[in-house]
Amino acid sequence: MHPTPSDVAVRIRGLRKVYGGIAAVDGIDLDIRSGETFALLGPNGAGKSTTVEILEGYRTRTAGDVAVLGVDPAHGGRDWKSRLGIVLQTGGETGLLTVREVLRHFAGLYPNPRDVDDVIAAVGLEAKANTRVAKLSGGQQRRVDVALGIVGRPELLFLDEPTTGFDPEARQQFWELIRSLKAEGTTILLTTHYLDEAAQLADRAGVIAGGRLLDVGGITEIGGAEARVPVVRWIGAEGRTHEVRTHEPGRVVASIVDALGGEPRALEVIRPTLEDVYLGLVRSAERAAAVNPGARTAEHATAASTAADAEEPAA
Amino acid sequence: MSTNVMTQGSARIGVETRMYFRAPDTLFFTFLFPFVMLAIFSAAFSASGEVGPRGSEISVAALYLPAMLASGIFLSGVQNLAIDIALEKSNGTLKRLGGTPLSPVAYFLGKIGQVFVTGTLQATLLILAGWLVLGIALPTEPEKWVTFAWVFVLGLTTCALIGIALSALPRSGKSAAAVVIPIGLILQFISGVYLQWNMLPDWLQNIASIFPLKWIAQGMRSVFLPDGWEALEQNESWNLPGVAIALLVWLVVGLLLSRLTFRWIRRDA
Repeated sequence: MHPTPSDVAVRIRGLRKVYGGIAAVDGIDLDIRSGETFALLGPNGAGKSTTVEILEGYRTRTAGDVAVLGVDPAHGGRDWKSRLGIVLQTGGETGLLTVREVLRHFAGLYPNPRDVDDVIAAVGLEAKANTRVAKLSGGQQRRVDVALGIVGRPELLFLDEPTTGFDPEARQQFWELIRSLKAEGTTILLTTHYLDEAAQLADRAGVIAGGRLLDVGGITEIGGAEARVPVVRWIGAEGRTHEVRTHEPGRVVASIVDALGGEPRALEVIRPTLEDVYLGLVRSAERAAAVNPGARTAEHATAASTAADAEEPAA
Repeated sequence: MSTNVMTQGSARIGVETRMYFRAPDTLFFTFLFPFVMLAIFSAAFSASGEVGPRGSEISVAALYLPAMLASGIFLSGVQNLAIDIALEKSNGTLKRLGGTPLSPVAYFLGKIGQVFVTGTLQATLLILAGWLVLGIALPTEPEKWVTFAWVFVLGLTTCALIGIALSALPRSGKSAAAVVIPIGLILQFISGVYLQWNMLPDWLQNIASIFPLKWIAQGMRSVFLPDGWEALEQNESWNLPGVAIALLVWLVVGLLLSRLTFRWIRRDA
């Protein structure tokens, strides 16, 4: 499939970022379509943050072509930035303004902002609107970060670990908010360590490790059909745990019941979650790196991007 | 289309000024410090009676009023902005602003505007306190107030730009105050702010003359000290053209360094 430029919000070809001779991002090709929610997954130091920061215009790249909303982020001007929303991993401002003051100020920087009170309500901070940001809890400050990211009515929203510090109810609310943004046509690039969050929100996902994309696909397809084969698990008459991977779990369960002549103990049918698929992908990449001497680059790249993360502004 | 730079700039002046007055440490070390020092010097040396050349004697408080005005200009510009921007760099404020359509010009208009709002308020209150509380006689000649106006505006603009440039020096927000405050203290001691200018040896006066604070303090003395005091200056003159030239040179230096060193975030290799 060759999507036309207007269908593609983010287009990446052969992206590389080298720090001190070591590749933190080592040849990534990726298209993110307009209006989709894309989850970028990967272990710490995999090159996720570096990739996203290149897309946001914060970092330069060593090689490759990148277009974000049709613009090279290395030369993105103010008009381009007014079409983006960026929720960074760390806030940490001094927080001397109130929630409403800071949102009103940021709204004023954009040509077509959302209504400030609507945004405050959307992140559930109505009761704290006149409280200084410094006096909020960590999770509430995170909601301010999210509110600042969406107040400019972005076409493309970057969410970097958005729900860190949220309680379960706040997370559910946040998911609803993201779904409503998506319904309005916002393209969303989500990086998260919460695989259930990615499974809930994303249309497609990419798994990145050692600076390379291991796999890209629909949220229910990534990792391949084989990785999603259900597992039937039960404890046999002799007290041993049995596991069978099968495309026909119902038939397997029936045959176990037949064989045992009764109800099997601790019977489970397990469908691999996105987390299982993700861990499978990352672990097999690590095993390949350990076995294959040519994979030294991957190890180095991981080390390098860890160093890169460390040199990021304590921002 | 992003919003207009001037609209953004005036919005920045508003939030910057609000944040300035909500931060207790800047309020004390930048805004109130000259008041505290004026009170301490006036009280500490009140026993020494009047000072100055024969026929032009004034109270110690009157001697320290122009010095503390100069100190206020320096603190409001250099110390305030150098620490403030270094902190904003390290705590993520600048990175976040850099991801919005905020123009860097509007960001700096906000900083300089905040310096002018707070610096003007500080100078006004200092002069009023000197006049009403310490009974210092203020100049009545209009040309003295014209001199005050241009030294104040030029000094404050120059100091704001130097503050922006100096904010690149601290490696972290935590070290910002520790890097910037000693520089300010040393300059205030050698530039005739804390110590009476003519008590300093020639070689120290010459070193101080490299830096802008000496010239701001000299300009302020020319406004607030009576005739006769110019005999205690270098070359026995207020040398106002020298004040203007030195401050303009530093203004250009500050502007160039700010332009060269400012980044929304620290650049990688």
